[in-house]
Amino acid sequence: MKHAEEYRDGRLARGLARQIAADARFENRYHFMEFCGGHTHAISRYGLEDLLPPNVRMIHGPGCPVCVLPVGRMDMAIGLAGRDGLTLCTYGDLMRVPGSGGASLIKAKAAGADIRMVYSVLDALAIAEAEPERQVVFFAIGFETTTPPTALAVKLAAAKRLSNFSIFCNHVLTPAAIQSILESPDVRALGRVTIDGFIGPAHVSTVIGSAPYTFFAEEFAKPVVIAGFEPLDVMQAILMLVHQVNDGRAEVENQYVRAVKPEGNERAKSDVADVFELRKSFEWRGLGLVPYSGLRLKNGYGAFDAERRFAMEDIRAADNPACECGAILRGVKKPQDCKLFGTVCTPEAPMGSCMVSAEGACAAHWTYGRFRDGRAA
Amino acid sequence: MTVKQRKLDIKGGRVDLSHGSGGRAMNQLIAGLFHEAFGNEWLAKGNDQSAFAASGRLVMSTDGYVVSPIFFPGGDIGSLAVHGTINDLAMAGARPLYLSAGFIIEEGFALADLKRVADSMGAAARQANVPIITGDTKVVERGKADDLFITTTGVGAVPDGVDLSADKIRPGDRVLLSGTIGDHGVAVMSKRKNLSFETDIESDSAALHGLVAAMVAVGGLRAMRDPTRGGLAATLNEFAQASDIGFTIAEDSIPIRPAVAAACDLLGLDPLYVANEGKLVAIVEPAKAAAVLAAMRAHPLGRAAVIIGEATVDAHRFVQMTTSFGGGRVVDWLSGEQLPRIC
Repeated sequence: MKHAEEYRDGRLARGLARQIAADARFENRYHFMEFCGGHTHAISRYGLEDLLPPNVRMIHGPGCPVCVLPVGRMDMAIGLAGRDGLTLCTYGDLMRVPGSGGASLIKAKAAGADIRMVYSVLDALAIAEAEPERQVVFFAIGFETTTPPTALAVKLAAAKRLSNFSIFCNHVLTPAAIQSILESPDVRALGRVTIDGFIGPAHVSTVIGSAPYTFFAEEFAKPVVIAGFEPLDVMQAILMLVHQVNDGRAEVENQYVRAVKPEGNERAKSDVADVFELRKSFEWRGLGLVPYSGLRLKNGYGAFDAERRFAMEDIRAADNPACECGAILRGVKKPQDCKLFGTVCTPEAPMGSCMVSAEGACAAHWTYGRFRDGRAA
Repeated sequence: MTVKQRKLDIKGGRVDLSHGSGGRAMNQLIAGLFHEAFGNEWLAKGNDQSAFAASGRLVMSTDGYVVSPIFFPGGDIGSLAVHGTINDLAMAGARPLYLSAGFIIEEGFALADLKRVADSMGAAARQANVPIITGDTKVVERGKADDLFITTTGVGAVPDGVDLSADKIRPGDRVLLSGTIGDHGVAVMSKRKNLSFETDIESDSAALHGLVAAMVAVGGLRAMRDPTRGGLAATLNEFAQASDIGFTIAEDSIPIRPAVAAACDLLGLDPLYVANEGKLVAIVEPAKAAAVLAAMRAHPLGRAAVIIGEATVDAHRFVQMTTSFGGGRVVDWLSGEQLPRIC
């Protein structure tokens, strides 16, 4: 793991921190949103906030796929899992995400539903092949990074003419969400925070490339620096953003050149385009209905769409009214601003989705950063 | 008339329900397989219990073993069941004396695998010089267990003047760790179905009572624990809670094998939460810390021992860590199972 060690060198990090502190002008404000949960996790895990001057503040964005999944979609999955003869395959992260009325997949499993944790959509496909008498549904979630494997699995299932495999598709798109944070009237009404720049997604950008962000940089005059998930990547990206703000530039820069090309991964993009099409709108927790932000299976692959196969009805359900996940996902509030944080909402008994995934802003702050709360008070 | 019984077909045979029925087949299994493997004077007597003499302060501990897969690099469920319970006794500063072993076997389990496990248990017990002196065997229908579950119970004798407990830690006490963390968890996970990956990492499964005896001889120990499930993070949080203190530790001081760090990265795990089966965390009064550390390093199972931090006054009972970056973070309890991140 020598390769990874190079991106975690503490001395280099402290050098970068000194440079950020030197270059960040005290009269300027540098509020940067890291879009991805992977960045949120790295920032919290390595305590990067302690290395930044007070006017450089990181705002956690909505880039955690578990966190932005609305309650209604969880309710739909929990309902589906309860059907006779059906096996729901899911990533482990989703097991504890709360649905309405305290329901969750882990409780449904305990009550007898056949819910199996898998590490990949291909594991779900293998279960479908091994158990032809059961209807096997893969609970597909995630941004552009996890969409190509799902597309591949659907294509494989079609080639094998599997009639017992389908996808409950909740794949969403990053650029649509960033745009929504910046301009949607919905989000404006819900309240938003001023953002001076973005740390752009790492793995997502390996698929879609850096080109899709050019629009934000130009249209909203916000600098974007695409960065890897290692802590040194994040520190370097922050320094690059500070320089853009100082220079009055708003460009898309690529810190993650070792993995991201401007055009992205053509093969992955074409697989996704073969299988999926845009939904007119899709609900995000915290952002509301975001136009053209979610994917569904194309008609040609409609047989593998669980929503169609099982005539699933759309459910829209309200969040727990005291839960601030929405405002936290938009960067308006911090986890510690929520009344539920650490009182009734903890990783053991999460009320909101931001407390479930390790990449969620609340779980990251609870797990790694809450010792600072007392210090500030 | 004598009933002629077929020999136990260890090579190709499987455990069936008759092996747990209390009849001849069970007797044959116990005598031919378990007694053979564990061989000692207590079992040879053929009683349902074993008698032994003991005096002074005794400790007793029990643990169930359900590891999957049952064979993994560096050990198996049998050696683990011996080491684990010996270590639980040793963490009180005790000298382990005797073990018992209960087996719950799934119908259809290969006798060859059962023999392999029993032989490994016997070897581990002999090497540790802690005999298995009584036991029990049950067979359940296929699907009602997963291959094999083992429960071991042990008794040990605590030397005079030794009284270790998690609630005796005071601010300023040093935290000593006996070696690298995460080896066992990663070794087991590397063989999990759907997750198998190539690694040279072996489980650290080992009996620690020899190392403990060397540490007890130095003195100054407040509390000891082997960081198994939940890893180093869980152990320190348990200590903090029991003694109403906090800890500060330094990430750079914690030894982790590069291959373990790499595997954890791949799986989205934090090595601080990954299980160990041959490591211990000792809390030592400041004045004795250096001497205890030296004693640990002089023992083969403590060569890589280090001081990783100290106990602090903290009403929140936080375990705080200075990261390799110079920032701070909490090392919290593990919540749920450690599962890979998805993006």
